[in-house]
Amino acid sequence: MAELSLPKNSRVVAGTTHKAAPGGTNIKSFQIYRWNPDDAGNPHIDTYEIDLDKCGPMVLDALIKIKNEIDPSLTFRRSCREGICGSCAMNIDGTNTLACLKPIDTIDDTVKINPLPHMAVVKDLVPDLTQAYAQYASIEPWLQADSPAPPDAERLQSIEERAELDGMWECILCFCCTTSCPSYWWNGDRYLGPAVLLAAYRWIADSRDENMGKRLDALEDPFKLYRCHTIMNCTQTCPKGLNPAKAIGKIKQLMVERQG
Amino acid sequence: MSAPRGDQAVKIMRSSLGQARGMGSAKSGLGHWRAQRLTAMALLPLSLYFVLSVFLLEGADQAAMLRYMAEPWNGVLFIALILALFYHLQLGLQVVIEDYIHSEGKRLASLFAMRAGVALFGLLGLLSVLKLTF
Repeated sequence: MAELSLPKNSRVVAGTTHKAAPGGTNIKSFQIYRWNPDDAGNPHIDTYEIDLDKCGPMVLDALIKIKNEIDPSLTFRRSCREGICGSCAMNIDGTNTLACLKPIDTIDDTVKINPLPHMAVVKDLVPDLTQAYAQYASIEPWLQADSPAPPDAERLQSIEERAELDGMWECILCFCCTTSCPSYWWNGDRYLGPAVLLAAYRWIADSRDENMGKRLDALEDPFKLYRCHTIMNCTQTCPKGLNPAKAIGKIKQLMVERQG
Repeated sequence: MSAPRGDQAVKIMRSSLGQARGMGSAKSGLGHWRAQRLTAMALLPLSLYFVLSVFLLEGADQAAMLRYMAEPWNGVLFIALILALFYHLQLGLQVVIEDYIHSEGKRLASLFAMRAGVALFGLLGLLSVLKLTF
């Protein structure tokens, strides 16, 4: 059955509060999920008060400030700080997004930060994405063609064929969408999830790829593809403004088309 | 999955890719998906027709009801409504069970019980319409 009660050691309890230094004028509270595998305790929510006048505009700036100046044990992934690497995906203010693209001033009250939902937590805001990456590998995300490439040139695409890939090549695999999907929460061991299905369609739609049939075969499954119930959380949450639900819809459309 | 933590013993050493590929594709699912949508589309006019019938027969006595159902088109539409409705119900409940019940044995047992129940109630509806039409 679906998990209605939380497993042992997952009840989130209150943590410590780190007050801002006196004299600050523009104080904002950040409540951040903390869990350390070495403590074997329950996760807790620590509160950090920050003077926004001495902090960059994005939530990631605040996290880096906390780690640098208040609590070096705070653990999170980050790299490019401009929405290209997908490392700092987390649940901020109830929505999965990239900390580096989320302006602090769009959040009225306390900023609540949790790891991506329903994934095993490695530590603090770092989720275990091993299985999601393996699911990505399972759709064979590379160009497959029997025709040899021209010996001294690229494989060509028309402008129209190339346009088919717009809205898909931009995906940075942050898994905000996949971890926002209730279907993935309940059946993530078998359902591929929106990010991986978007990637699958990216290769199905690529005019240079010659394995569309094989790719559709691999997806035609009650669990791998058809667990998608068009809930649309994926499209709503995507920090890059992409539309995984539409890509999944197009895969389903192709399934109908080839059956006639 | 990830490295074992705390007192958790390693129970799965199958590679992540092996787990992700799993049993491969069942090469089905399209039929279910398409049937769910087709029955939904059929149910739109059929439900409307049913509601209209209820209003038309408001205050009618038994004889009027029997006359109404004896009209071939009314009987056909009622039978179509019941077939589409119970087929759609079965397809929908199947999704709910597959979504939420993960133990293989419980899932199969629930699917069987659900289908048997839906089929029996569907047949009950059909027989009731047939008794009215003949």
